[in-house]
Amino acid sequence: MTDISNAPNSLRTQPDERGHFGQFGGRYVAETLMPLILDLEKEYRKAKADPEFQREFDYLLRHYVGRPNPLYYAQRLTEELGGAKIYLKREELNHTGAHKINNCIGQILLAKRMGKTRIIAETGAGQHGVATATVAALFNIPCTIFMGALDVERQQPNVFRMKLLGAEVRAVESGARTLKDAMNEALRDWVANVHDTFYIIGTAAGPHPYPELVRDFQSVIGRETREQIMEAEGRLPDMLIAAVGGGSNAIGMFHPFLDDKEVELVGVEAAGYGLESGQHAASLAGGFPGILHGNKTYLLQDEDGQIAEAHSISAGLDYPGIGPEHSWLHEIGRARYEPITDDEALASFQHLCRLEGIIPALESSHALAAVEKIAPTLGKDRIIVVNLSGRGDKDIFTVAKALGVEI
Amino acid sequence: MTAHKDDRTASAFARARAQGRAALSIFITGGDPTPAHTGAVLDALVEGGADLIELGMPFTDPMADGPAIQAANLRALSAGTKTTDILAIATAFRTRHPDVPLILMGYANPMIRRGADWFAQAIKAAGVDGVICVDIPTEEDDELGPALRAAGVHFIRLATPTTDAARLPAVLQGSGGFLYYVSVAGITGKQQAAQASIEAAVAHLKSGTDLPIAVGFGVRTPEQAAAIGKVADGVVVGSAIVDLIGRYGADAPPHVKDYVASLRAALEQKELAR
Ligand SMILES: Cc1ncc(COP(=O)(O)O)c(C=O)c1O
Repeated sequence: MTDISNAPNSLRTQPDERGHFGQFGGRYVAETLMPLILDLEKEYRKAKADPEFQREFDYLLRHYVGRPNPLYYAQRLTEELGGAKIYLKREELNHTGAHKINNCIGQILLAKRMGKTRIIAETGAGQHGVATATVAALFNIPCTIFMGALDVERQQPNVFRMKLLGAEVRAVESGARTLKDAMNEALRDWVANVHDTFYIIGTAAGPHPYPELVRDFQSVIGRETREQIMEAEGRLPDMLIAAVGGGSNAIGMFHPFLDDKEVELVGVEAAGYGLESGQHAASLAGGFPGILHGNKTYLLQDEDGQIAEAHSISAGLDYPGIGPEHSWLHEIGRARYEPITDDEALASFQHLCRLEGIIPALESSHALAAVEKIAPTLGKDRIIVVNLSGRGDKDIFTVAKALGVEI
Repeated sequence: MTAHKDDRTASAFARARAQGRAALSIFITGGDPTPAHTGAVLDALVEGGADLIELGMPFTDPMADGPAIQAANLRALSAGTKTTDILAIATAFRTRHPDVPLILMGYANPMIRRGADWFAQAIKAAGVDGVICVDIPTEEDDELGPALRAAGVHFIRLATPTTDAARLPAVLQGSGGFLYYVSVAGITGKQQAAQASIEAAVAHLKSGTDLPIAVGFGVRTPEQAAAIGKVADGVVVGSAIVDLIGRYGADAPPHVKDYVASLRAALEQKELAR
């Protein structure tokens, strides 16, 4: 979190003081929330400079989350694809089974610093909800999770996990009853409870300073990757690949490498039934810049600015927007973004199970599908690191259904 | 701010003030229940005695709204309401009611979709007097403010219970028409604020601006309107009217007119308050 680059042409000094990444980002919130997010920003600046905050964050990542997690050379996958050497960054081995917890630890420490006595969060699949409920239990702060009513039906195991952890799960009945609506409802709750409530946003999106602070907390992924690949290979990788929902696991991995121009950055968007079908969650490939949920970024929307419903087999990617820093990296060409369909992700999900004995999250399976396309086109002397952002235990019901299997 | 003959908004507040009462501003969602029925609802608002109209631009994600206005947004969008319909509704309203100020209220994304300049010029041509945008705070004024001011449309800002004295000047910068005081930290149509807190807030706002102060969010009944009308320059009622449209659909206009008339009567009979 402390390694802000001072190089004059660094890409790592964004956002600007108003929270903008180029034309993206910003603070598009109701006036009621404005004083609060200004306060959050101030508190975050202080925390960032406070060694004690750093120490507590590092301590919990090490002893509670289980970091550093391995950078694993996937030999069988590499041999099967017959091209570049593939490493997996094993975020799925973290406590609660995904990268989401890194961010939740950071934000709950901020909440504690700010004296907030109530936590809220939105969740789609329930991964961020579980991670939030986990840290809320750890810090003994009451917690309410907003989840679309449709997702509550689809993700019963995670709903029960959150309840076991002591969280209240509120099923959101408005709109299409999925992640976007859960976020709307969390914002409505926040605006009515600004005095005591901290909103733990689950991805690198929302009003400034959220995209920045979520990125900073998740950057531990990229920093570890850098050290580990130097140790294993004595050089930086040629390419990083990560799935992009809101973009937190991807930006966490990319950010420490932004100024290493020789490292290609590939984000993977969910193409659902295919870009042509119109039923996907690929905001960059199929959207336009707009304003939603506190930030300006690429959004799936119609010609009147009405937000479209996203579709992906992976609930964690099923969102019609993307974090503003990705919109910026896309626009300046520093990262490129590839679409992967439901079917491609499902195939790669199964491949990794069989080849490496790892059940990947459906979100991460999108990144794996991209590596299956790219690795064979590169020489054996090339190195790719894939962010294995989560484990797939949560997805076995979805996968079974897609494969026509009864369990 | 002095009432200018070309400024319908200032004139409406000045007229009410001359009558010794607060102005009545009514919110409805454009296209609710359908674009074709909105004109009749607007006429009912004027006939009932509304001094200003706030016409909501429907949006898929109305984050600052409670259940009543969320439902109205859904009804309008399900009826196929487009931005062109909102402009047509405004244009027709302006022809029928040359003097009643019409304010568009909504969220940023539909307003900036074709570019801020396009939007500002289109609504100016449609006879719109001002814009209230929930999610463009003063910090992001660049997104829409310059275009509106260049087109001669008021950018009406919101102040809330969390807007403190240090912040108020920034909120007022570049704002026009009136200052909308959101009386509760929360969403539309839910709780109502304590009268004492509204009185204190309005006094605080008045010390910072000559713009008229209108108070809204959580104002439902004639009694509440009368009480707030004693301290504020304007009273905004939304969810209570929108609920009637939800209940009566295409048959809503006479019900809406009666309810607006009861609000207006309450503002006129100040001694009934409290
Ligand atoms: C395992 C996993 N990977 C990726 C994502 C996508 O989110 P983000 O793009 O913020 O990393 C999620 C979201 O739920 C997730 O659970």
